[in-house]
Amino acid sequence: MQRISSENRPSTSPSQAQILWRCFGYLRPHWKITAGAYLMMVLIDAVAMINPQLIGWAIDHGLEADSASSTGSLTLAVGALLVLVLVKGLFTYFQGRWTEVASQNVAYDLRNELQRKITQLSFSFHDQSEAGDLLSRTIQDVERIRFLTGRAMFRVIEGSLLMLVTAVVMIVMNPLLGLMALLALPLLVVQSISFGRVFRPLSVVIQKQLATVTTRVEQNLRGARVVKTFAQEEAEIERFEAENRRWFDLSATAARLQAVNMPRLHLIANLSSVVILWYGGTLVINGQLTLGELVAFTTYMAQLVSPVRFLGMILPAISMAAASAERIFEILDTVPEVHEEPGAPELLERLAAEKRVCRGHIRFENVAFSYGRHASILKDITFDALPDQVVALLGPTGSGKTTVVNLIPRFYDPSAGRITLDGVDIREVTLNSLRAQIGIVLQETTLFAASIRENITFGRPDATQEEIEAAARDAQAHEFILQTQKGYDTPVGERGITLSGGQKQRIAIARALLTDPRILILDDATSSVDSETEHLIQLALERVMQARTTFVIAHRLSTVQRADLILVLDKGRIVASGKHADLLTASPLYQNIYNQQLKRGKG
Amino acid sequence: MGFGIGVSSPGMGPRGIIEQFSGGDNQRGAAFNRRVVVRLLAYLKPYKRPMLLACLAMLVVSGLTLLTPYLLKEAVDQYISQGDRAGLAHISLLTAAAFAGLYLATAGQQYLLAWVGQRVLANLRSALFRHLQQLSLGYHDTHIVGVTVSRVMNDVATINELLSQGIITLLGDTLILVGIVVIMLTMSPRLALLTFIVLPLMLGVTMWFSSRARVAFRETRTRVARVVGDLAEDIAGVRVIQAFGQEDSTQERFTQVNEANRDAHINAMTLSFIFLPAIEFLGVLSTAIVLWFGGRAVAADEITLGVLVAFLSYVTRFFQPVQELSRLYTTMQSAMAGGEQVLKLLDSPPEVQDQPEAGEMPQISGRVSLDHVSFRYRPDLPEVLHDVNLMIEPGQTVALVGPTGAGKTSIGNLIARFYDVSAGMVAIDGIDVRTVTQQSLHRQIGLVPQDSFLFSGSIAENIRFGRPQASDAEVEEAARLANAHDFIIAKPDGYQTRVLEGAANLSVGQRQLVCIARAILTNPRILILDEATSNVDSMTESLIQGALRKLLQGRTAVVIAHRLSTIRSADLICVVQDGQIVEQGNHDELLERGGAYRALYQRQFSG
Repeated sequence: MQRISSENRPSTSPSQAQILWRCFGYLRPHWKITAGAYLMMVLIDAVAMINPQLIGWAIDHGLEADSASSTGSLTLAVGALLVLVLVKGLFTYFQGRWTEVASQNVAYDLRNELQRKITQLSFSFHDQSEAGDLLSRTIQDVERIRFLTGRAMFRVIEGSLLMLVTAVVMIVMNPLLGLMALLALPLLVVQSISFGRVFRPLSVVIQKQLATVTTRVEQNLRGARVVKTFAQEEAEIERFEAENRRWFDLSATAARLQAVNMPRLHLIANLSSVVILWYGGTLVINGQLTLGELVAFTTYMAQLVSPVRFLGMILPAISMAAASAERIFEILDTVPEVHEEPGAPELLERLAAEKRVCRGHIRFENVAFSYGRHASILKDITFDALPDQVVALLGPTGSGKTTVVNLIPRFYDPSAGRITLDGVDIREVTLNSLRAQIGIVLQETTLFAASIRENITFGRPDATQEEIEAAARDAQAHEFILQTQKGYDTPVGERGITLSGGQKQRIAIARALLTDPRILILDDATSSVDSETEHLIQLALERVMQARTTFVIAHRLSTVQRADLILVLDKGRIVASGKHADLLTASPLYQNIYNQQLKRGKG
Repeated sequence: MGFGIGVSSPGMGPRGIIEQFSGGDNQRGAAFNRRVVVRLLAYLKPYKRPMLLACLAMLVVSGLTLLTPYLLKEAVDQYISQGDRAGLAHISLLTAAAFAGLYLATAGQQYLLAWVGQRVLANLRSALFRHLQQLSLGYHDTHIVGVTVSRVMNDVATINELLSQGIITLLGDTLILVGIVVIMLTMSPRLALLTFIVLPLMLGVTMWFSSRARVAFRETRTRVARVVGDLAEDIAGVRVIQAFGQEDSTQERFTQVNEANRDAHINAMTLSFIFLPAIEFLGVLSTAIVLWFGGRAVAADEITLGVLVAFLSYVTRFFQPVQELSRLYTTMQSAMAGGEQVLKLLDSPPEVQDQPEAGEMPQISGRVSLDHVSFRYRPDLPEVLHDVNLMIEPGQTVALVGPTGAGKTSIGNLIARFYDVSAGMVAIDGIDVRTVTQQSLHRQIGLVPQDSFLFSGSIAENIRFGRPQASDAEVEEAARLANAHDFIIAKPDGYQTRVLEGAANLSVGQRQLVCIARAILTNPRILILDEATSNVDSMTESLIQGALRKLLQGRTAVVIAHRLSTIRSADLICVVQDGQIVEQGNHDELLERGGAYRALYQRQFSG
């Protein structure tokens, strides 16, 4: 997300090394298993050093025509070879498994932490972030960290160690021949790096282009109706072909680079083994080297060059992982704007201390609100909502109605002024104890992919069937729920039934009612439904507003007319308040809204 | 979050689509399907020359791969053992030349194959895209966008893998395998046969692994999809979660799916850590066999030392093609399944088709008639319109009102011929819409969709959508008529402002205005307007109303109406209920009549 609220973002930008260090910090709880894996690695490399020696030794000592001693040597060498590979296999298994377990746990911990953070961050964070972006950080970016702390780091260390030890062994065996073999290394490194330098940016461009092609297809399908009515099929094809063609051109360039890279690495390795064959062969002829040693040497050669290829692939992965880590830590380091005071009491405890219960008296005192450094959204909001009153908020879009009600459950905190519930500043009690007293039907109805029952009991998983049905009845939802195939157990969502907007809303109302809140907030609860449903929802609302303090963002004349208090908002201020009859004469804006919107019924 | 989903329905919400995407080789078929292969091979036909060249290169690669260990043998037997320095230098040069040749041939082969592969891939995608343009809306109703996108992007890629890389790998690896077998048998039949003992073991282990791995890795994909699905729900529902104070319970649920995901991955990878050492062991086993028996044979002077060294080299090369071929088998399975899907899409006929003798729709004056029209979306679905009769005079505005699902949208769809009627006839200016080409009909029809769909791209591109050749002045004129000009130029980038997904940078009302401008620019004779139901503020609302008034002027318009102002000013109001027009007339007449319209009006519009 490009626009995480600037207020909360950690201010210093750490270096790549610091970021990577922090990633490896996630291995700390799993240090035993990680250490075990690296111990295995050392053992594996040791075995890798012995194998070529055995083959060489077998050729030199096991092929004499005569004797039993020769056969004995051969059998010994072959036997040792098999035993060693079994031992190495065992080491490989444990090394692989432990590396995997450690790095999968890093991913597991990171994902849990991310999910926790995401569900805790305030509305202001979610207003500015995109779901797809949060998902890709939790899935793909974490996957890259997993790769980094697992196989990538392992390969780098293992490869470096193997190269180093192999090089030492070769030089010890025969310094000159060893040095000649090492000549290949810088060439391989140069080839790998120069390839990466050209190829990496290109592959990024290709990925982007592929995404563009995908978007073209997707948009075309989503807009199929528009494409057809405007008879733009041919133009769409042309647009697609242009992007598709560009993708092909880029891919063909990449293919040319790729087609040459691997064979070239092989060529360098192969040519240096030819050098060893020639020079080593000459040494054998001179009697300065045995044939077995020469064979061992060529085997070492293969070991020496193989890690270079891995390194060529892994170095870019490391810098990609660093970028991923930055995106992950950006979320983890965001401080929720709304947070509890340390040691804050529960709301009911606090009231009980004064021998009181929650009655639902909400008071706004000179409340102002603004997003970060943006222009203020609410200014000087002051009003009293007495217990069991119905408060209707009215005003043009963007006048701040939704913001006012969002301040009550502390989805945001005011930038000035204070809000009290039964005389207690809502910032002085825990968030959950405050929200437990508040029921909300949000502007956009969100149901979860679960059964109808699970959706209704979302806020009170222990509710009984009677309670669930009672809430559903009050929400005018019981009837249609019974008509579905499995009643309350009918799943909602793509694999289940598709509910209409009005049905969803009624379930959301039931969900809010089940918690039997002292305070009820209904935001735009009847947009986008047909008149029949609207009527039902209207009935539901009339019922549920009784005996609790209700805030309603209303478009309906009947609701507004029966409200105990109407707040007319404009540009973030309360421009008029009172009852319907008073406002009709006192407030021109109210009159205007009344004539334009309320009378017309639908906004 | 998805409580209970784990047990009952794993693919809910975003999951269903994600599973399609993360599928990889989810769908598998037989490894060989003649029909699919023949059809797909046709796509290689235009590229005979590069393919032949690639084959040639492949032959060179195979030959040189087989040759180099032989050169090594010669070096040991003929020159090193004999102390022939000049000969050693000579054969070293020869080997170097062979490697250089190998480099060139490999690079050439890989480049040619990749080029042809990507060419075919691009062609297949184009073919699919073209075909999708011809399909009727019926197709789009019944297919999830994500799945179709995945056909065009992912399935096609699997096919390509098989077509380009697969065939040549098959040929090349088989050739190398046979070559090695022949050479080893020629050099030393006994030693060769002994080495081959390892082969069935190798095959057995590989097959065991791939069958287990397929299950294990499929499990990992399912698990990842659940993690994604769970988190996607948490994000979508974060406001509800916080409002109901359910953070802890969602975290518990997430931890569970997260844990299952971790364990599935560890399990799958653990299989690999058994498989890799097993294969390595078999490799060393064959080396050991060669070394022991070969060593004995050298000692007994039955074979030369060079043969032994060459054998050691061939043995390591022997197993690579075996592995490659077994991997190819898996690729083929998913390519066949993917190919089948792609061909199915390519072969699906458009439900609405131009008749062979269809002519151009002449300039429309705008009389629309529905004559005993019945309609169902698919033969297996219930009828949504029954025997509908409607007559609209040129220039009239007709408002369709009624409850959701009554059939209002279907009437609009039939007039534009997005679907064909099941019975009866839709005629424009007395011409049956089925007798003219869809293009010529659509060119004269405009649409303002309910969801105010805009494409990603600039505002100007969106307005110009129906008439790409329109000048900037015309675009601006249309925007002015649609009351959109003022808000557009207030944006920092003006007409070049990019339209982002969601309502990120254009409000719902502004999107509607852009849609209206888009329709105005094409100057359609007949307009289908699906009024948006979402609430916009009264200021924007009056802008929209003004824009619509201009748009409706002088054209025949069918409005699926939700606003009283639209309905009141309509020339004709049709109340649609249960797939029938139950009342027709103007506002006053219908109110007077005291029927369905009056009931609707009172409930909906008088608070």
